[in-house]
Amino acid sequence: MFRHKFPAQLVPLAVLFVLAMTALLVARAFLVPETFGDYGPYRANSVDEIAAQPIVYAGAKACEDCHDDIVALKSDSHHQGVACEACHGPAAGHVDAPDEVSPQIPRGRGYCPLCHGYNPSRPSGFPQILSDRHNPGRPCIACHDPHAPTLPRTPEECDACHREIANDKMVSPHTMLACTQCHSVPNEHLLSPRSARALKPTDPGTCAPCHSESGTAKFEAPTINFESHGERYLCWDCHYPHHPEAN
Amino acid sequence: MTNSRPESRSPGMARRTFLQNLSAKLPGLIAFFALAKPGKAGADEPGGYDPEQHNYAMGIDIHKCIGCGRCADACKSENNVPRDEHFFRSWVERYVVTTDREAHVDSPNGGIDGFPALPDDTDILRSFFVPKLCNHCVKAPCVQVCPVGATFLSRDGVVLVDESYCVGCRYCIQACPYGARYLHPEKQVADKCTFCYHRLREGLLPACVEVCPTQARVFGEIGHKSSPLHRFLRFNEITQLKPYLNTEPKVYYAGADGEVI
Amino acid sequence: MTPILPLLLLTIPGAEGYIYPNEYELHWSIHIVLYPYLTGLVAGAFILASLEKVFNVKVLQPIYRLALITSLAFLIAAPLPLMAHLGHPERSPEMFLTPHTSSAMAMFGFVYAWYLMVVLLLEIWFDYRKDIVIWSRDKKGLIKYVYKVLTLGVTDISERAIAFDQKACKFITVLGIPSAFLLHGYVGFIFGSVKANPWWSSVLMPIVFLFSAIVSGIALVLLVYVITSLVRWRRISMPCLNKLAELLLYAMIIDLSLEMLDFIHRLYESEESIEILSKMISSRLFISLIVTQLLIGSALPVLTLIFARFGRLPDEMRRMFYFIAAILVQVGIFATRWNVVIGGQLFSKSLRGLTTYKLEFFGIEGLLAAVILLLLPVLFLWILAKLLPPWVPEDQPHDTGHRTREVDLPPGSLPSSGTV
Repeated sequence: MFRHKFPAQLVPLAVLFVLAMTALLVARAFLVPETFGDYGPYRANSVDEIAAQPIVYAGAKACEDCHDDIVALKSDSHHQGVACEACHGPAAGHVDAPDEVSPQIPRGRGYCPLCHGYNPSRPSGFPQILSDRHNPGRPCIACHDPHAPTLPRTPEECDACHREIANDKMVSPHTMLACTQCHSVPNEHLLSPRSARALKPTDPGTCAPCHSESGTAKFEAPTINFESHGERYLCWDCHYPHHPEAN
Repeated sequence: MTNSRPESRSPGMARRTFLQNLSAKLPGLIAFFALAKPGKAGADEPGGYDPEQHNYAMGIDIHKCIGCGRCADACKSENNVPRDEHFFRSWVERYVVTTDREAHVDSPNGGIDGFPALPDDTDILRSFFVPKLCNHCVKAPCVQVCPVGATFLSRDGVVLVDESYCVGCRYCIQACPYGARYLHPEKQVADKCTFCYHRLREGLLPACVEVCPTQARVFGEIGHKSSPLHRFLRFNEITQLKPYLNTEPKVYYAGADGEVI
Repeated sequence: MTPILPLLLLTIPGAEGYIYPNEYELHWSIHIVLYPYLTGLVAGAFILASLEKVFNVKVLQPIYRLALITSLAFLIAAPLPLMAHLGHPERSPEMFLTPHTSSAMAMFGFVYAWYLMVVLLLEIWFDYRKDIVIWSRDKKGLIKYVYKVLTLGVTDISERAIAFDQKACKFITVLGIPSAFLLHGYVGFIFGSVKANPWWSSVLMPIVFLFSAIVSGIALVLLVYVITSLVRWRRISMPCLNKLAELLLYAMIIDLSLEMLDFIHRLYESEESIEILSKMISSRLFISLIVTQLLIGSALPVLTLIFARFGRLPDEMRRMFYFIAAILVQVGIFATRWNVVIGGQLFSKSLRGLTTYKLEFFGIEGLLAAVILLLLPVLFLWILAKLLPPWVPEDQPHDTGHRTREVDLPPGSLPSSGTV
């Protein structure tokens, strides 16, 4: 008689299900943040909140407004690419209140070696010193003006700057050769190394005086026939001149 | 969806079209009610900043990096990163490849205090520094796995974390192949590099780029020919980190060899 | 790799080689070990219960209801370690309000809810409905009203209504098996889909998780059955126990084969991560993987089970061996979860170094909290067993047609006669 009656058990379950779904939808309507999903599954407002974070480093331009003399001095020097705040630290506070907040001035000996202390992992040619032996006890700024760091004394030896190459050459058969044997170095290079480059040899004949069978060297050096030996290549395509190896 | 509009309508046809339309629109309707979003907020800045016009990225020239660690230091100051040596948005690694072709890597305090001298007998084949940071991947695994949408790829191509929405489950930290994320110890939310998003919007460079003394870090935008990054990408041989994971990282390295992962 | 850079060794105790600076802290702690362990028990216990219902394995009938409420007790406890681990547990409703559809973890919330609401609660309700209605009439005091609420207002226990209950129950069980597979396979997927982590990233992960879940679930029900029988001073159905042991053995063999397949596959493919992973297994994970998971937790119980099931032993001894094997299996499966979760974080994603896990004792993510979280489901089970007694009357079977089948007994053994 009640053959097709809907089973009574399912009624409360259905009611519970509908209630739960409604609760979820209502909760969504109230709890989902306003801008969620505007541009993707995230809260669009959070972008603006992140953008509103306070700025700590003012940026190099901000310094120019007041310190144009130093900026001018620096812009001609080796430190032209070094931002003021790289050494003086975050300065947004100083820009906002110049009299109350002073940026840091690292006068100690510890700071400059972060860049200029000798480290074999640094690119060769980057000026480096051995901090322990380089005028120990004297602050760097006693001799070097960090805003225009020309060297107090023009280095006579190339290894003052080209430490790594010098290290290689030192243990090689070429140790006794002067750099100028192969490189021509204009005098200006000592003062402004980037604008006046030292020249690298281009002519394979550079090696011939010592290493050719018909060479003129008075001492023993391995010799080869320059006509038949690797004719299509320059010597330094295969042999590193600062540390030449026979094979 | 509306392309199947019949020319002549019989009543039966009309009903079928209605059903077709309904079935086509139903998911949208459900989504509408389910997502229940009021009007778009967080729209463009009054200054006319249009996020769609930007796609930020970074280049790093290994040949230029001197390992001074100023970038990692500035990053911590700019972004209030804990000074503890286990939390970094950006850090510098030193690679030392010895003559047996083994690569040895270290990054004491992220490079902020400099790198200690190598043992005297180290037989160096080559050595270099590698600055690291969030790669702001186009297909970011961290974004994929975030259960609540608290980390996302913004419209200007920066992966950001919504710190008021993050539940702190750390799935994103697990999913990042580059170790670029950490759990902020005070806020208890995931934290990572934003390319200094707050600076970008003010027209400033990221703090790490600002202070880099050798311009080893190049910041710019993809698709803008005037961007310094464009030149960088044009004139260098570029590698990305872990490209086989198909995350499409947007930090481009020049001069990084295969040892760098 | 001989470390020429011993610097990190000085700054990070226990670390070796190079790890990314942010990897110092292990992000998923012991709580995340508990979570797959607990969900595995849930899925395994349910699959065991389904065997009785769907495949009519009548000999398992004494543990059907027990397995169901065990499953429920552990399911209620399963998300607790997750919650305790969240940096902001108060924000966890976001997972249901704004689930990120591409996130495995977000979808897990729904798999869990489906399993709890639609599968387990419904099945238990339909199965117990007749009893609940009777209890709501017969019991006295406050508990009477609890049962009244549990009837949800339906008091019809006519034959036809009960027949519908049974049909519904069977239907839900059929639905429940894939759901249980989904539940724990999904937990495996949460780990297996992390491509950044070569220890986790494996398509076999969900399958391995599933079978280890079945193993742990069967062992758990066996333990619960033996212990509750001892405590209640009741006879243990030996055919049922034998069947459980057999199923446990077979599940373990499948599980072990899958794990070996995964292991051999990794070794054979020998991807770039193999060196650091091998190093991790032979140093950091040696005790927990080789000794605990493989020897104590797998090989030993398999041998014990074979010996106990197929050897000529008196029932008392057989029971004891089953019990020991089941405990060993629990230890082994816990170690499995440990090795997956903690192991996946002990090596650096730079593939150049190993770190260690520093488990604290106190604190929200400490050992003490973990032990409490592990004991919670036992408490839930006790409460549930009081509320919904799963016991089968000893001499009159709960269901008609239940008869001890001689074929289930090992040759030469006595029929079930063990009383304690």
